[in-house]
Amino acid sequence: MSSTASPGSVTAGSITALRGDPHHLGHSRDGHGESRATGRGIGGPAPKRIVVAYGFWIFILSDIVMFASFFAAYAVLQGGIADGPTGPEIFDLTNTALETGLLLLSSFACGMASLALGARRMLYFQVAMAVTFLLGAGFVALEVMEFADLVGRGLVPSRSAFLSSFFTLVGCHGLHVTIGLLWLLTMMAQVLTKGFRPDIVRRTLCFALFWHALDIVWVGVFSIVYLMGSIT
Amino acid sequence: MSHADQAGAHGLDRHQTDLAPGEEYGEEDIGKGVRGYLIGLALAVLLTLCSFAIVHTKVVWAPAVPVAILVFAVAQMGVHLVFFLHITTGPDNTNNVMALAFGVLFVVLVVGGSVWIMANMNANMMPGMPHSAMPNSATPHQPMTQPMHH
Repeated sequence: MSSTASPGSVTAGSITALRGDPHHLGHSRDGHGESRATGRGIGGPAPKRIVVAYGFWIFILSDIVMFASFFAAYAVLQGGIADGPTGPEIFDLTNTALETGLLLLSSFACGMASLALGARRMLYFQVAMAVTFLLGAGFVALEVMEFADLVGRGLVPSRSAFLSSFFTLVGCHGLHVTIGLLWLLTMMAQVLTKGFRPDIVRRTLCFALFWHALDIVWVGVFSIVYLMGSIT
Repeated sequence: MSHADQAGAHGLDRHQTDLAPGEEYGEEDIGKGVRGYLIGLALAVLLTLCSFAIVHTKVVWAPAVPVAILVFAVAQMGVHLVFFLHITTGPDNTNNVMALAFGVLFVVLVVGGSVWIMANMNANMMPGMPHSAMPNSATPHQPMTQPMHH
């Protein structure tokens, strides 16, 4: 601290330096003065929706850590085909591309719903959420059809270590999307009946986070499982 | 990104109320919001197309294709984080970025460590044992201290 170097000559500036953030975190862009951002220093406590979204962000990251362990299991067990089919024999990349497009557009529609939520526009919000739901449901339908086709050919999870890890990883993502669809319908109904109440808005915000995060996980799934599994 | 730009354009007064990840400003910023999502969508579509094209065509040297797919995937995850989840470098996002950094560290450790260790164990398998990651109980396990390369 500069103020300790010259005892006795405490100026107004050094008092500010003492009161200020010693690690210079969260300063404004010009580098001077205390940040008025909430959650630290003179900004005061962060509003509840910041805290809620931060907590939910922690949950999403823990969810991603869980997916990471499934990804690790898939990467390790990929070669254990037990004389069964390999990835290139069972993957249909056209189907994967369709699923990717549906989920990406669904994520975009969810973003539009977030904008409508911020602007408190009920009609736009409900329409955007409905579009999000339809695109997400299309994704789940394609994945269910893919799984049903595999199971119909006797390619069940117990067939080989590769298929076990494949169904676990991709199925876990599909389960998340399915639960997300139920949550989506719940939020549509709650916003419709209870209006843009702060707690309802926070909940919908958390749903949007969840939905966008699922698309991030899907990027890993189609890249590592389907695309990289199709070239080996 | 758009939030940081707005904070710079309007000064901190605009930013006095913090933003949670995924949150929007309000009615007056809808145009900017839509534009941000459109940029994100365009970049994501572009990166997805690149990933699929690189598998279907022979443009890239075959052994480099997995690396290229991984690069496109990481880039697209970044695009989603910035344009859809609004994880920015702004002061209101410090906590979110720190948590994300820890998550990334964990993911890299779990996935990278698993792949590394299991590849090493596969390489040190006794000759004649099935070359897969599945532990085969039919063959008694040998100590792995002496790798046998034939």
